[in-house]
Amino acid sequence: MRVRKGKIVIFSLWIVGLLAIMGGTTKWVVDNLTLGLDLRGGFEVLYKAAPLEKGQKITPATLSDTADALNKRINSIGVTEPEISVEGKDRLRVSLAGVKDPDQARKLLGKPAVLEFRDPSGKKVLLKGSDLVQGAAKQDYNPQNNEPVVSVEFKDAEKYANITGKYVGQKMPIYLDDKQLSNPIIQERIPNGKSMISGNFTVEKAKELADLLNAGSLPVKLKQLSSNAVDASLGQDSLHKSLFAGLYAIGFIFLFVIGYYRLPGLIAVMTLISYSYLVLLFFSLLDVTLTLPGIAAYILGIGIAVDANIIMYERIKDELRSGKSIPISVKSGSKSSFLTIFDAHVTTIIASAVMFYFGTSGVRGFSVSLLVGIFVSFLTAVALSRILLTLLVRSNLLHKKHSWFGVKEDEISEL
Amino acid sequence: MNYKLDFVKARKWFFLFSIATILLGVVSLFTQGLNLGIDFVSGSRLDINIQQAFDKEKADAKLAELGYPNPNTRVAGNNKELLVFRTDKAISKEKVNDIRDAFRKDFGKKVAVNEQTVDPIIGRELARNAIYSVLIASIGIIAYITLRFEYRFAFSAIIAILYDALFTIGLFSIFQWEVDIVFIAAVLTIVGYSINDTIVIFDRIRENLKRENPKTFEALSNVVNVSIQQTLVRSINTVLTVIFAAVALLIFGGESIKYFSIALLVGLFSGAYSSICIASQIWVGWKWRSLQKERLKPQSAE
Repeated sequence: MRVRKGKIVIFSLWIVGLLAIMGGTTKWVVDNLTLGLDLRGGFEVLYKAAPLEKGQKITPATLSDTADALNKRINSIGVTEPEISVEGKDRLRVSLAGVKDPDQARKLLGKPAVLEFRDPSGKKVLLKGSDLVQGAAKQDYNPQNNEPVVSVEFKDAEKYANITGKYVGQKMPIYLDDKQLSNPIIQERIPNGKSMISGNFTVEKAKELADLLNAGSLPVKLKQLSSNAVDASLGQDSLHKSLFAGLYAIGFIFLFVIGYYRLPGLIAVMTLISYSYLVLLFFSLLDVTLTLPGIAAYILGIGIAVDANIIMYERIKDELRSGKSIPISVKSGSKSSFLTIFDAHVTTIIASAVMFYFGTSGVRGFSVSLLVGIFVSFLTAVALSRILLTLLVRSNLLHKKHSWFGVKEDEISEL
Repeated sequence: MNYKLDFVKARKWFFLFSIATILLGVVSLFTQGLNLGIDFVSGSRLDINIQQAFDKEKADAKLAELGYPNPNTRVAGNNKELLVFRTDKAISKEKVNDIRDAFRKDFGKKVAVNEQTVDPIIGRELARNAIYSVLIASIGIIAYITLRFEYRFAFSAIIAILYDALFTIGLFSIFQWEVDIVFIAAVLTIVGYSINDTIVIFDRIRENLKRENPKTFEALSNVVNVSIQQTLVRSINTVLTVIFAAVALLIFGGESIKYFSIALLVGLFSGAYSSICIASQIWVGWKWRSLQKERLKPQSAE
């Protein structure tokens, strides 16, 4: 039979094209991956939102306001990409991956930071944190005694002037989260809306308070339910270890598949490389945060993808053994294996979709990874594998070469 | 059609073995329970990475000095470089820093600490959600298999996956391996894999059933045995490849996914076993009884 060179050229183009695209963009894909805090260090806190005052209700709106305020606070310490998600009815999960100073971040996060200027009795609130000019609070020094203070500015200078005018010679205590910071005596009416808050601060404390005031107060009280802090060095260690595990696993799987299935095995390796690449590509495009359980699911997904290949190749071998020609065996083998693979995958999709719906953080990362893996394995282990194998078969290069499929001549029965 | 191994004939032994292993697990669950990780009991867990093998007594003494007499610690990690320290009460951030500093002073500057503090409510919710997940996933899978195959396949498959879940949990109780949140994910994966295995065999049985249309129990069990044999190479090869992955995770994956990998390994074997020796065998008995009933019906009508 004449070998059709055209098909071989197309086949080679596929292989070269795929390898070129993957080789050229892998670095970009990997750089774009978002690593979870268990892989690059950082910390995560789960808060329960409680009402600040009696009768206040926790609504989705208050939760999203809280998330906004937390976001601003985190930005003030220069952490990029904080992840704040609402869980259930009254919970907020804050993940700060790659944070350098978790202690500072933790201090900033939990406080409601409700600032109040009260009347001399300390009961009536005259001015609040929300009356301040946003972003104007800064750490300063008291010109009289060089004590670190926080200088602030009120939006409504006239209102402040009137209030200070009314209480000249009296005290105007300043409260933060119901705790008295200081109890200054108003010397005179202050016309320019500027004020100074003292409270035996250190420079650092004053800076922290200025940051808090600039970010605004939280509309709720936050109670810490759980926390998880990972040292950056340990995160990297986990990343390296799991990558190593992945490489070994993939290496063994490749050797095994090629050894057992020969030529289709080689194609399987090609589809598995594409699989590994595509899953990572989807992770970076969908902004999936890669966590340790996620990597575990990724490595296992390679196992699932191999399974689809194995089911198909076993079918093809069956057909070959029954005495059919190679083109017919490949065609009917891949056709009859498709529904098996489809049914098996759908049931796994059901399981992982349910897992995603009910799971939180770790379990969720795992199920997302598994779901992406199953979809991609449809593309590579079924579609790509079939395209490549069919091209080779149509080229007539494989004519009567049963051993290339790992089938011995004496196993083939006469039709 | 020929087969070498008569799985159907041995099914009574399989059932006996399966029930015995489940009983063992259940007894262990009731007597010693599970070794619950920090996710399910309140308190803190510190993973102190000393980066090299160290003297546990010295480390314990250090912790006692820092205000934790008789600390609950164990050594972990591939090179025994990790000290896992658990407390019933939450350790404050300041205290964690003190511990880190103290260990750095005595064990070298590279000491790193992982801290995890959990309210057990969260862990219990997770466990509850996991149970819901398994139940709801089971219903979904039953519905799908009934739609694509028949209900006998569906229920036989569900019994097999429940076996896998129970067997794995039971084994973790017997050996007192630590159960954490990731374990839940592992059990759910096992369920997914096992159903995968079962579907592949059932798919073959369905196909051969159409071709043979068996009238006797011998013919029916012949179909099942042949189907198992035809898919056996695939089952073994697939389990092998996934085992490569799981073993690599176990050896090189580090402490945090150690028990996850163990759970997967156990579940993989159990999944392959349950597909062949439980799901298929339940189905063959059930199917035969239904076939007999069908045959009796027209006779009684005459």
